[in-house]
Amino acid sequence: MDVLFDQSDAIFDGFWETIQLLLISGLFATVLGTFLAAMRVAPVRVMNAIGTTYVNTFRNTPLVVLFILVVFGLPELDIQYTFFEKATIALSIYTAAFVCEAVRAGINTVAAGQAEAARSIGMTFTQTLGRVVLPQAFRAVVPPMASVYIALAKNTSVAAGFGVTEATATLSALLNNDPQAAYWLFFGIGLGYVAIVAVISTGSHLLERHWAVAR
Amino acid sequence: MSGSVLFDVPGPRARVRHRIIGIVTSVVLVGVLVWVVLRLNQNDQFAYEKWEPFVTPAIVQDLFDGLIVTLEIAVVAIALSIPFGMIFATGRLSDHWFLRWPCFVIVEFFRAIPVLMMIFFLSIKYATEIGKFWVIVIPLVLYNGSVLAEVFRAGIRAVHKGQSEAGYSIGLRKYQLMVIILIPQAITTMLPAIISQCVVALKDSALAFVIPFDEIVSVGNDIRNEFHNSFATGIVLATVFIVINYSLSRLAIWLERRMARRGRASAETPKVAGVDVGDQSIGGAGA
Repeated sequence: MDVLFDQSDAIFDGFWETIQLLLISGLFATVLGTFLAAMRVAPVRVMNAIGTTYVNTFRNTPLVVLFILVVFGLPELDIQYTFFEKATIALSIYTAAFVCEAVRAGINTVAAGQAEAARSIGMTFTQTLGRVVLPQAFRAVVPPMASVYIALAKNTSVAAGFGVTEATATLSALLNNDPQAAYWLFFGIGLGYVAIVAVISTGSHLLERHWAVAR
Repeated sequence: MSGSVLFDVPGPRARVRHRIIGIVTSVVLVGVLVWVVLRLNQNDQFAYEKWEPFVTPAIVQDLFDGLIVTLEIAVVAIALSIPFGMIFATGRLSDHWFLRWPCFVIVEFFRAIPVLMMIFFLSIKYATEIGKFWVIVIPLVLYNGSVLAEVFRAGIRAVHKGQSEAGYSIGLRKYQLMVIILIPQAITTMLPAIISQCVVALKDSALAFVIPFDEIVSVGNDIRNEFHNSFATGIVLATVFIVINYSLSRLAIWLERRMARRGRASAETPKVAGVDVGDQSIGGAGA
């Protein structure tokens, strides 16, 4: 157990790196994913095709392979970034596909009758969208988005294999130094991830309750 | 256009506008593609020696062998995840707290920690005892099994209440009810979820490259190191995975539709502790 306290600095540094990866790629993925979702529901066929191709490509590629492409492939194209930046790029590209699906699913949960009713009482397109469709879609998006962020939190660990010393890389290094304490290290650092997941799911729970409406 | 609620049926002016937006988007898309191709060409990515390994029979054979290992990892992992998920799903539905609580803790823990953490742990602590194959497979079983446990639990709870009432009324015990009535009805509806989990396991098998093992991504990593063609190798690996996983996803969707036609909804997206497992639907959120 002592090892957790002795190495607490290294462990906290690792988790700080994990959290930075999570927040930065989470932000980029949300922006890109929402944009892709807009393309997928747009009334223009080329945009639909771009969105669908993106989702099918990156959802079916292992994150590790995407990391190989970004971390080792980009330098071959003479594009230079730090390991941390490249990890955020790979994580954002990958997660955007899942964000896109979550947002699209949210929009699809709004029954067509809602928009029809809004239009039949004379609301304009902007009013229909802003007052009827989006507020409902937004609520429906919260739980699946929370799952996407939870998956992202765990996926940041892949950066450990590509030169970023986040929590999982720290675990690996500490395990090599002190195999005797393996179980303490494993469960200690594991609980760190459990805490991150708990924060995200509690947050989504609160938001869901805050916005709860009778349907 | 997916019968979206967002838009009216377009009139003549809107149709013209959509066409213009479509053309502009196409032009931008073509521009981006041309830029990418030029950039690749500038850096000699189309040079024959970058792609030569992938037409060399010996290397293609290595990749193929690697693919077989990848498939083995995924198949064994899923085959073991199903009983794991069943046991823990029934455990969490138990009437006894001393069964319910440990199952809850185990399932939530393994769902929350990264698979890579478990792989590092096993490979450093137990690699010599259990061998590299199990260093990869055990974490996949623990993770996918825990996810499936939540899917199964939701599936069992979705079986109509009258079914368990009927079971009790003819004098079945709880475990008989589970085994004879609830699980058989739940399992067929969960097939699509199981197939989606296969996609997750296939993708996660790539994590083996950190040890490394003999599966396709590790093989690809060796090729990349030898021929300095990371970009080409990455594209080849990605293509292989996309073809397999996309086909599996289509299969899952087809099964789901077929079941829907037969009037059996497939497993509802289970909502557990505010977290929706179901987003992992087709393709999964795993690495």
